[in-house]
Amino acid sequence: MNLTLSLFPLGWQHYLLGGLFIGAGVALLFVLTGLVGGMSTVFSSTWSFVVRRPFFQQARFTDSRGWRLVYALGLVLGALVWWLGFAGGAPQTTSVPVWQLLVGGFLVGYGARLGNGCTSGHGICGLGSLQWPSLLAVLTFMATAFLTANLVARWLA
Amino acid sequence: MSAERMNLPRFAAVLLAGALFGFGLALSTMVRPEVVLGFLRFQDFGLMLVMGGAVAVTVLAYGLLPRLLGRPLLGERFHHHASAWNRDTAVGAALFGVGWGLCGVCPGPAIAGLGLGNWSLLWALGGIALGALVQGLRAR
Repeated sequence: MNLTLSLFPLGWQHYLLGGLFIGAGVALLFVLTGLVGGMSTVFSSTWSFVVRRPFFQQARFTDSRGWRLVYALGLVLGALVWWLGFAGGAPQTTSVPVWQLLVGGFLVGYGARLGNGCTSGHGICGLGSLQWPSLLAVLTFMATAFLTANLVARWLA
Repeated sequence: MSAERMNLPRFAAVLLAGALFGFGLALSTMVRPEVVLGFLRFQDFGLMLVMGGAVAVTVLAYGLLPRLLGRPLLGERFHHHASAWNRDTAVGAALFGVGWGLCGVCPGPAIAGLGLGNWSLLWALGGIALGALVQGLRAR
């Protein structure tokens, strides 16, 4: 049995190369601006434009909301370059039901902001700066994600 | 970027960094919920390579750059985000995982997905924005 094929039925090169690009983005942001580029904070900092409550008006949100939106815009542009330049611009869809996207998304947003980080904040930037609280966070969300994904597959399939 | 104003070079730097990140998310197919859910169901371990590759580059950058350079090329200082392990982090990470396992979308791909014309991901993006709003409204 080919181990590589059983672990990576769709191939492995694009995963590794994509990961290196993601790391290069985080590294470039750091070497040029000194900023630490997790993704989930933009969802709180952008609300600070319209929500006046003290929580959203903290300096950590109001001071960073500008560059975080630019960073998010870059994310869209980078994906667009791949889509048009390397994927032929074929329409992309998902078969995941709307309610799962919406309810799952809500928990992702709530949980990432309560826990101060997501797959990129704790996963890439936190592990990248060798912080054990981030490692615990990653292990925690991996565990509940494995559990949820498998239970959902069993019940809803 | 407190006390460090946005100017054209910094704007371009942040945009380019985000573009590399977004290109990587698209190339690695992490923008496809099916691929992420396939990993979470132990059918394809590609996500480990994506995380491993990204973390390896980041470890080198965060570890070496502050020693090689006194300050970032277009900024005043290298920032550091200390993470803490407490009840909020534990509960937040656990809830994040439940949501991630349900939809297969995390914050980066939800944003990058717009660049692929995958409009279904707008449901996830809206959900994440709503979740972040409710978290902030409930916080003291």
